[in-house]
Amino acid sequence: MEQHSRTDAYTDRYAARAAGMVPSEIRALFAMVARPEVVSLAGGAPYVSALPLDAVGSMVGDLVAGKGAEVLQYGSAQGDETLRELICEVMALEGVQGSADDVVVTVGAQQALDLITKIFIDPGDVVLAEAPSYVGALGTFASYQADVVHVPLDDAGLIPSALRDTLDRLRREGRRVKFLYTVPTFQNPAGVTLTAARRTQVLEICAEYDVLVIEDNPYGLLGYEGEPMRALRADDPDRVIYLGSFSKTIASGLRVGWVLAPHAVRAKLVLAAESAILCPSNFSQLAVREYLLTQPWREQIKAFREMYRERRDAMLDALDQLMPDGCTWTRPGGGFFVWATLPEGLDAKAMAPRAIADRVAYVPGTGFYADGGGRRNMRLSFCFPEPHRIREGVRRLAAVVEKEIRLRDTFGGVEHDGPGGVHTPGPGIV
Amino acid sequence: MELGHVVVLAGGLSYEREVSLRSGRRVTDALRALDIPVELRDADATLLDSLTDDPPDAVFPVLHGAAGEDGSIRDVLDLLGVRYVGARADACRVAWDKPTAKSVVRRAGLRTPDSVALPKEVFHDLGAASVLDQIIRGLGLPLFVKPTRGGSALGASVVHEPSELSAAMVGCFAYGDAALVERYIEGTEIAVSVIERNGRPQALPAVEIVAPGALYNYTARYDAGDTEFVTPARLTPDAAERATAAALTAHRTLGLRDLSRTDLIVDPDGEVHFLEVNVAPGMTETSLLPRAVSVAGLDLGEVCRDLLLTQLTTT
Repeated sequence: MEQHSRTDAYTDRYAARAAGMVPSEIRALFAMVARPEVVSLAGGAPYVSALPLDAVGSMVGDLVAGKGAEVLQYGSAQGDETLRELICEVMALEGVQGSADDVVVTVGAQQALDLITKIFIDPGDVVLAEAPSYVGALGTFASYQADVVHVPLDDAGLIPSALRDTLDRLRREGRRVKFLYTVPTFQNPAGVTLTAARRTQVLEICAEYDVLVIEDNPYGLLGYEGEPMRALRADDPDRVIYLGSFSKTIASGLRVGWVLAPHAVRAKLVLAAESAILCPSNFSQLAVREYLLTQPWREQIKAFREMYRERRDAMLDALDQLMPDGCTWTRPGGGFFVWATLPEGLDAKAMAPRAIADRVAYVPGTGFYADGGGRRNMRLSFCFPEPHRIREGVRRLAAVVEKEIRLRDTFGGVEHDGPGGVHTPGPGIV
Repeated sequence: MELGHVVVLAGGLSYEREVSLRSGRRVTDALRALDIPVELRDADATLLDSLTDDPPDAVFPVLHGAAGEDGSIRDVLDLLGVRYVGARADACRVAWDKPTAKSVVRRAGLRTPDSVALPKEVFHDLGAASVLDQIIRGLGLPLFVKPTRGGSALGASVVHEPSELSAAMVGCFAYGDAALVERYIEGTEIAVSVIERNGRPQALPAVEIVAPGALYNYTARYDAGDTEFVTPARLTPDAAERATAAALTAHRTLGLRDLSRTDLIVDPDGEVHFLEVNVAPGMTETSLLPRAVSVAGLDLGEVCRDLLLTQLTTT
């Protein structure tokens, strides 16, 4: 008797929202990236080894020994109150005046994104996002079946006139935009920052068209020059929902982020969080609380900034010296990423296996678009490898691009599907 | 005889690393279920020291892609005097290079689609357009394009129109420097696994693959739910017999050992065409060899154990 079986016997049972949750070849390629032979310019992982690990270790040990009954217990869905007050102090550095009562602590800002999308988005609702946009946000929007419409950005961030044009078009089409999702400062993946003048314009346009703004700001305190940019939320508390994170300023492994929302929205978020996870980890929250209370965290952020600036410089210098003609890239003033554009006729997604074979990895640009854009782009991160490895990585990458140009010259620029895109982010990619 | 220390080698630095890690985990679990002490480890810079310091009774390599299947890791194991399951290095080198393997089995009487194997330099030196024209003129359409080396259908595609060939070549060269372009045979895609038991190669029931969109590509292999497997494959008794014979011929002619999986197409006339052979077949939840093992009424752990035990008695 013959047996019939499938790769996935449950395939007929999944909800429609799971349809887009398909791992791709690119994800499989990233299994190689973890090996030390490969210089990874792909991952967005912060360099947590720069933390004073001994001090953090004894702090956590004391915390468990001294307050174990609290640390190891459930907490509230909204998050620890003292931590929420401290979060308000952190946000004040970017001009945000928020009440601890309107803060919800989340499992990284990623969960805040999930909760916001869950409470606002019905299948088919329109979400505006920069082109390119954060891959983790696009994954979340896709999982709630949102229709993402991109708005282009340039070196000065989201382009206000393009935002207005897009909103006009959608209005003509009778489609309601639920919110604009933006990473205005040291954007992931483009590395660009929305200028002060454009911030005002973007807020004005969103007010005019009555569009909510989700401001995702994990890199805001990691600027290399001057004072932190003033957050969008600082100038329109009723329209802007602000997402923050300790992943880049303390440690990504703690998974502590937050959302600051208008009071009514905050109430919905707490209920949504409760049904998702009951409460965020008390252990992680109290570790962050203790760190902020007892450790020189402002000085540590300064040290992170210095380290990342050195790495940014190493990457930009290497790109300037080594990349073939026809390649361009952004020059970030902070954060973790450079956004590079390949010469006409090249395809960063198709090139990825060849790059990995030559022991260098990047994230192909298509992962940062919901509409198939970004074929000529790649995100190069400089946050994790040390400067000499960054230079080596760029050297290898430049050689790969040279070979790719030769292949293009042989076959001409071809349109092809190539390997699948990054549909959902692995933690190594965000 | 007992197995006191077994190493399952998985991972490695190849495009199929993730698949290999999953295969390795599966084999490890199956052996541990029989209380065999198994160490699952990567083929990395610490491997040789570890094999020297603590020599295992035998190694079960489930490394896919280069190094795992081109014979090199097995050459190194031979140098160390470590016993391992599977084909010897020299046989792997022949099987791994698809055009070479095709030549060898063709000489042994198997049918295999007409093909050309071309490195990318040829297109650069002679002009891509002219070479592509000649390929279509010589082989006709449709065509199947894949890297001459490598697995999991990475870089593989079917070409129905002349205009698609250029893109297929570029996609193929993403995963290798040489391409095998072969005439695409319409028919039933099957895989026949061969396992040696008591020193004799035995063919397991053929697994028929019914992939959505006709191409059993990477996604269809490992993730999509829509690929259907039928075991044993729905073939006429004659065709089934020819398929079994073809897999055994490939296994013997290529000098393979212990286990292999041969991928075949059975055309509407019941003729069997050899596509390629795998010396380190996938062992994941969705892989073909474990399916065949299960339908044959065997236990994967016991099969793996027996192959390991064979090494202890082989000189």
